[in-house]
Amino acid sequence: MSFSVMLGMLTEGFLVSLQIFFFTIAGAVPLGVVVALGRMSRVAPLRWIVRIYISIMRGTPLMLQMFAIYFAPYYLFGIQLTPDSKWQATITAFIVNYAAYFAEIYRSGLQSIPRGQYEAAEVLGYSRAQTFCYIVLPQVVKRILPAMGNEIITLVKDTSLAFSIGVAEMFSTAKALVASQVSMVPFAIAAVFYWVFNFLVELVLAAAEKKLSYYHD
Amino acid sequence: MTSTQPIMALRGARKAFGEHEVLRGVSLEVARGEVVAIIGPSGGGKSTLLRCATLLEKLDDGSLAFGDITAARDERGRTVYAAGDELKRARSRFGLVFQNYNLFPHRTVMHNIADAPVRVQKRPRAEAEHEARELIQKMGLAGCEDKVPCQLSGGQQQRVSIARALALHPEILFFDEPTSALDPELTAEVLRVIKTLAAERMTMVIVTHEMGFAREVADRVVFLDGGMIVEEGTAEQVIDHPREERTRAFLSKIAE
Repeated sequence: MSFSVMLGMLTEGFLVSLQIFFFTIAGAVPLGVVVALGRMSRVAPLRWIVRIYISIMRGTPLMLQMFAIYFAPYYLFGIQLTPDSKWQATITAFIVNYAAYFAEIYRSGLQSIPRGQYEAAEVLGYSRAQTFCYIVLPQVVKRILPAMGNEIITLVKDTSLAFSIGVAEMFSTAKALVASQVSMVPFAIAAVFYWVFNFLVELVLAAAEKKLSYYHD
Repeated sequence: MTSTQPIMALRGARKAFGEHEVLRGVSLEVARGEVVAIIGPSGGGKSTLLRCATLLEKLDDGSLAFGDITAARDERGRTVYAAGDELKRARSRFGLVFQNYNLFPHRTVMHNIADAPVRVQKRPRAEAEHEARELIQKMGLAGCEDKVPCQLSGGQQQRVSIARALALHPEILFFDEPTSALDPELTAEVLRVIKTLAAERMTMVIVTHEMGFAREVADRVVFLDGGMIVEEGTAEQVIDHPREERTRAFLSKIAE
């Protein structure tokens, strides 16, 4: 098999990896806000439920979570699994897992905003929603950017975990090619793909940090 | 009738944090155009008094009114606060200048000053910015419009925060130790601005450790210790000829 054919197959796999990546970002970034607010809720039972949720998501392997979500409908409700189930389980698992991590990052950012900011806003007459949107949130974004960068880069590599459930993303393709071609080259190409993409992610994050570096507190 | 009504009236204020009683029945009325300096040892209740007057802390007992607006009334030994809308109206009557400025670090000087008039008071942006520019001039901050707080000295930041409070046209301005975080030379420029406001008959309540400044600017000096007003009167009476032993002890201590 020629190099270009391998490259083509790996590229196709990489597009699937990218889909996992972008669906997870699109789902987990907003879901994380909801989880973080639940984690900081004044309602104790809600706070505890969210705490347990975060603990499980962070305390068990994402791979197991994918399996659990994949098989749960069948074992709990006897629902027949379809070819789409794997994909749905993968995306669901990634979103609920990453939302837990993002939520804790949001919480750390929100709790790092000095009380004085809220008090100044209150005395000036800003509503709670205005205080959050115009005063707190922009400052939180700057503070959490480095930590979010870490998670986002980890996510790019974690997409390879979908291999375990049989989703044909790039790592599955690479492993299949390694076996059939008796060559390590597909792994090397896959590594380059991950690294180049993460390099781009780093550039975007650096640009965002630079844009927000016009002030410090 | 409005001329006789105090701009702010705090009556029988009590506040405890757990077992610790910080305010033990403080009453303070401020008339239009009056400048009141609050002095006293730390832990004496000065900051708590100011925080209760500006609705940042809730009174346990006592009442609080701004002119005709009753923010909190005393109901059989418990303070009952007015509804949200009424508190909002009450807040529009006063401004507060914090010890550590609490400017919004991600916003320019212009935005810090002109944003609340636009977003809170719904005034046209052009008008708010025009007025902000005048305030920036008045505070001696010309040229700083587009800077962010971290590019300014502490004294400049404090003057921005005074402008921010003034932009909302408060009837009374509270200052919580406005120069405590500043070097002596920066202190002077902030005190100068406050003196200008005093000369314009701005109603002010100032918690301060600057006795010379209090003597110069205040119509009335209030000495607060142990959660109570120990002594009050003109600067001459309280600072120069204190009658109470506790006042004398405090003044000789800080004179060292």
